[in-house]
Amino acid sequence: MDTYSLLREFADSWMLLALFAFFIGVVIWVFRPGSSKAHRDSADIPFRHEDKPAQDQEART
Amino acid sequence: MWNAIKLVVLGLIVLFAALAANWGRDLAYQVHAIIILAVAGGLFVWTLRHVGDEPEPVNQLEYMDGVIRAGVIATAFWGVVGFLAGVFIAFQLAFPGLNFEWAQGYMNFGRLRPLHTSAVIFAFGGNALLCTSFYIVQRTSAARLWGGNLAWFVFWGYQLFIVLAATGYLLGATQSKEYAEPEWYVDLWITVVWVAYLLVFAGTLMKRKEPHIYVANWFLLSFIITVAMLHLVNNITIPVSIWGSKSVIVWAGVQDAMTQWWYGHNAVGFFLTAGFLGMMYYFVPKQAERPVFSYKLSIIHFWALIFLYIWAGPHHLHYTALPDWASTLGMVFSVVLWMPSWGGMINGLMTLSGAWDKLRTDPIIRMMVISIGFYGMSTFEGPMMSIRAVNSLSHYTDWTIGHVHSGALGWNGMITFGALYFLVPKLWNRERLYSLAMVNWHFWLATIGIVLYAASMWVTGIMEGLMWREVDAQGFLVNSFADTVAAKFPMYVVRGLGGVLYLTGALIMCYNLWMTVRAQPKTSDAPAMAPAE
Repeated sequence: MDTYSLLREFADSWMLLALFAFFIGVVIWVFRPGSSKAHRDSADIPFRHEDKPAQDQEART
Repeated sequence: MWNAIKLVVLGLIVLFAALAANWGRDLAYQVHAIIILAVAGGLFVWTLRHVGDEPEPVNQLEYMDGVIRAGVIATAFWGVVGFLAGVFIAFQLAFPGLNFEWAQGYMNFGRLRPLHTSAVIFAFGGNALLCTSFYIVQRTSAARLWGGNLAWFVFWGYQLFIVLAATGYLLGATQSKEYAEPEWYVDLWITVVWVAYLLVFAGTLMKRKEPHIYVANWFLLSFIITVAMLHLVNNITIPVSIWGSKSVIVWAGVQDAMTQWWYGHNAVGFFLTAGFLGMMYYFVPKQAERPVFSYKLSIIHFWALIFLYIWAGPHHLHYTALPDWASTLGMVFSVVLWMPSWGGMINGLMTLSGAWDKLRTDPIIRMMVISIGFYGMSTFEGPMMSIRAVNSLSHYTDWTIGHVHSGALGWNGMITFGALYFLVPKLWNRERLYSLAMVNWHFWLATIGIVLYAASMWVTGIMEGLMWREVDAQGFLVNSFADTVAAKFPMYVVRGLGGVLYLTGALIMCYNLWMTVRAQPKTSDAPAMAPAE
């Protein structure tokens, strides 16, 4: 089989499946139980360090 | 030691550029050699004069905002240049006499058109992305930019790229690839600058103090990486001579066309969409003073956009030598793209839920909202136009140009204006903008300008598409090509006027921003620290 056909066949079978599985995995990961609090925290990032970088000793929990 | 290396390298560049200016085979190459000679020579002298200087101490507990201020100025400047070029070529189409006889070969439509597209996309949009990405990555990582003066190298290197590209177009150095016109040595230079940009951005992310990488940075990082990949593959060319600007693309025929539109469409997808979505996910929450509507949706938006966009390119090549399966693939993925696009639009708009009253009082948030609205509209129109049957009517007509401009003027332009209005008072420590009334004027001029532009291009595009395919009872074509050109004249004038309104709005913005820095009182020098959490 020439390279084109080989790659073409791989691309529209296993690679497609792998990419799609990854995407579904992301969706499941996003909606995992208990993630809401973490997402709310992430959404607040723009409001935390407007004027100055974080100080070294300021460990965030 | 470092200075010695710099001096040696700059000296070699000066020598090479002097040789190139002498031996260059075409005018564009020689002019570029002289520009590089001047820049490298100037840097050589400057470095020599500063050899013994103590390096200025860097305070890691402050953000690096100088380069962002420069980027804001460059964005406003190149924006006006690009809009002006666009208005001029719009009137050249309506009144061909504006292709002046004395400037033939330099300032006719064919030379100025790539100047306009590159000026607005890469100079205006690119500088907007550079400065806002540097602003966003610092604030959301709670860390100073990585790499010290490397950020300045990125900024000035990018401006040099713009100057080389623009002068090259006017003097005829182009590899004739849409949105990738610069010739081989300019391509090599922008590659160096872009790698430095990636290093600064990724380096800042690496030393971030926030445990999580905020979603805006995901979009910006994907924009930087994907544009690098697209640029490298689309510009694989072999120079005819090292002393000339001409190069030959290694792909031929339909492979070249497909590579070009894989690049071209993803330049839209990652430069003008993913990068600007990064801006949206930071500036809209900041201006609305509330977090993004759904952080979960923003993550899904990101991954869906990344996975889908890269396949949409073939829809530019319907009814060509491209195999049917490939153009069907492009069409299907374009239509599926509706979903992440509208997911992103909903996420941006709904960020305002509970604060819709701000639309009445705050013209900046109004600008951002209409920008998201245009994002939604043009990402609705685009998939529709990618459907083969629709494309058979719309392709090669002005409808395409109208579509591009509702995205570029509406989405990219408006979100950038909103970001500039947000940034200038913050970066120059001013309490507020000089005039909100002027922001209002800008908003309405720009909006009406876009409406005139898009509406006239719909009319003329569909009209010429129908005229081209009109056949009489015997099966002969009814209209000659010149008939369609004549019929388009009134719409071309309306489009030009829309451009004038948009340009006027941008000039008002420049005055407003200038006066904000000049005339507004300073806020106290040390802004109060946000309470530690």
